[in-house]
Amino acid sequence: MMKNIGIIIELDNGKIKETNFGMITLARAKDTELFAVVMDADAASVKEDLELFGITKIVEVCLSKDQQANPVVRAKVIINVIKAYNICAVFGLSTATGKDLLPRIAAFLEASLVMDCYAVDLEQNLVKTSQYSGKTIATIKVTGDVLVFGVRPNAVEPVKAQASARIVKLKLDESNLVAKGFRVIKTSEVDESTNINLVEADVIIAGGRGMKNGDNFTILSKCAEKLNAAVGASRVAVDAGWVPYSMQVGQTGEKVSPMVYIACGISGSVQHFAGMKTSGMVIAINTDGNASIMSNCDYYVKADALEIIPELIKHLEND
Amino acid sequence: MQIYICVKHVPDSAANITIVEKNRIDENLTFLLNPYDEHAVTEAVRIKDNLPDSEIVAVCLGKDDAEKTLRSAMAMGADRGLLIASDKNHDSIETAQALKAAIEQDGNPGLIFTGKESIDAEGMQTMFRIGALLDLPVATNVVNLDIEAGRAVVDCALSGGTANTYELSLPCVIGAGRGLNTPRYPTFPDVVKSKKKPVKKIAFYDLKIEPSKAGMKIVELEPLLQKREPKEIKGDAGEVAKKILRILKDEARVI
Ligand SMILES: Cc1cc2nc3c(=O)[nH]c(=O)nc-3n(C[C@H](O)[C@H](O)[C@H](O)COP(=O)(O)OP(=O)(O)OC[C@H]3O[C@@H](n4cnc5c(N)ncnc54)[C@H](O)[C@@H]3O)c2cc1C
Repeated sequence: MMKNIGIIIELDNGKIKETNFGMITLARAKDTELFAVVMDADAASVKEDLELFGITKIVEVCLSKDQQANPVVRAKVIINVIKAYNICAVFGLSTATGKDLLPRIAAFLEASLVMDCYAVDLEQNLVKTSQYSGKTIATIKVTGDVLVFGVRPNAVEPVKAQASARIVKLKLDESNLVAKGFRVIKTSEVDESTNINLVEADVIIAGGRGMKNGDNFTILSKCAEKLNAAVGASRVAVDAGWVPYSMQVGQTGEKVSPMVYIACGISGSVQHFAGMKTSGMVIAINTDGNASIMSNCDYYVKADALEIIPELIKHLEND
Repeated sequence: MQIYICVKHVPDSAANITIVEKNRIDENLTFLLNPYDEHAVTEAVRIKDNLPDSEIVAVCLGKDDAEKTLRSAMAMGADRGLLIASDKNHDSIETAQALKAAIEQDGNPGLIFTGKESIDAEGMQTMFRIGALLDLPVATNVVNLDIEAGRAVVDCALSGGTANTYELSLPCVIGAGRGLNTPRYPTFPDVVKSKKKPVKKIAFYDLKIEPSKAGMKIVELEPLLQKREPKEIKGDAGEVAKKILRILKDEARVI
């Protein structure tokens, strides 16, 4: 029997974030129809991109700006979509937005939910995610009428599968969208032009205690700018007040899976690894050849990061 | 106001994890109060400082041993503990049902805290499930909280250091994020005092939780092995920089 799958598309300034395509790739399975739900743009503007990855239905909902900003309303919109189209599995991204949305959907429906997953088998209803600070992989059997999945950004390689999609407009019953006791006062716009989103970045250059002070992080920022990378940090660098907490990678910070992770003056503690273990390539620059990151990376440089990074910037500039 | 804090007894993040019987960990290791829950306790204490009539109750679903985590929460300022004892591991649906039932049985919550996630299962959902069961508004990854005139105004952290501001009516459920405060670690006298605070134990099965049609069951746990084979990049700073560039271009293909 054909299963209907819902995919919540995350946009950034009206454009589809790249990391959605990996999620769609993950959701694709035999005998499924893929419904993309677009809450922040008109469906026509994203149709081509979505078709390229196999979406066959695009659900367009018309929301006011206030409704768009309210995660409770958004969760209820998705529940309306689930009911209207008989959706049995919903995929969204495990981004900051997703972490405030997907659990609301699962909680309202008393449905199963696995966040930060990177593999899903919809025939057997098995999901894979990491647990215990990235030290184990858990395979979880999910049950229930509706299954909700939060997909780890960048964890799945996007694969194209051209399809043609039809736009369906869902008329919402406003009385179903009430956010009881919950009001948005202010939403903040992330300025993506100056700040590449850490969890979605292809390249991250991160600094730890070895950076010695906050000023030296500007060297990392400069290098990041040239590499189109985001800057991350260890907890030591955050606790010392050199950089804001939002830059922390690790168990109690962001969990990232970039293609390349460059660790400068970071020893590679278990807790730091918990956040960057799933990176594609790890390059470590550390003065101590015995630091644990040196035996747990793809390339290592035994040197002062404050000498290597400026050289790297110089070569990038001359490139 | 009665403030309930749902705390979890979790393995120390630095501990080595050994897998037994395919889908469980060997629990013979150090367990601690979940780090995000420390922020929740600290925040509750701050609220109580302004509203001295408040009572802070730490609630934990766990094995008997989880009483230690309740004691840690009490050493940090909770007034008493509530242990929902169970020999089994529960998914977050059952956990939320149990926490809700125990809280309802115990008192009248004005505010319920959880951490934004537990560092073992990393489920990120219990607060929302408690909220849905009690029909209360929920905010998670809260990094600033003001209680004023019957409402809570919260900042919820997004990526890139930005935050959304929401207003929630009270009672509500708050998932504490790391930026909320700096945990106040207990002094020796705090620890001594916490030993005298009461802990009420109730059995999970006495709460008569209705089985849910939905569930999440761990069928297998495997160690996440690192397969990296480190290669050294040698040379002076200039040579190293050039080699890194080549690797980024030709091997990683990111530039
Ligand atoms: C509950 C809990 C949660 C935690 N969560 C996190 C988390 O989310 N993220 C996190 O990162 N940590 C976390 N930690 C902290 C973690 O245990 C480590 O303390 C931390 O990761 C160490 O940071 P670091 O590598 O920068 O510092 P250090 O371990 O001190 O390492 C600094 C490294 O820099 C090298 N170095 C020094 N100078 C230079 C130089 N000029 N050039 C190159 N290398 C140099 C040194 O050789 C050393 O290897 C957590 C801890 C606990 C208990």
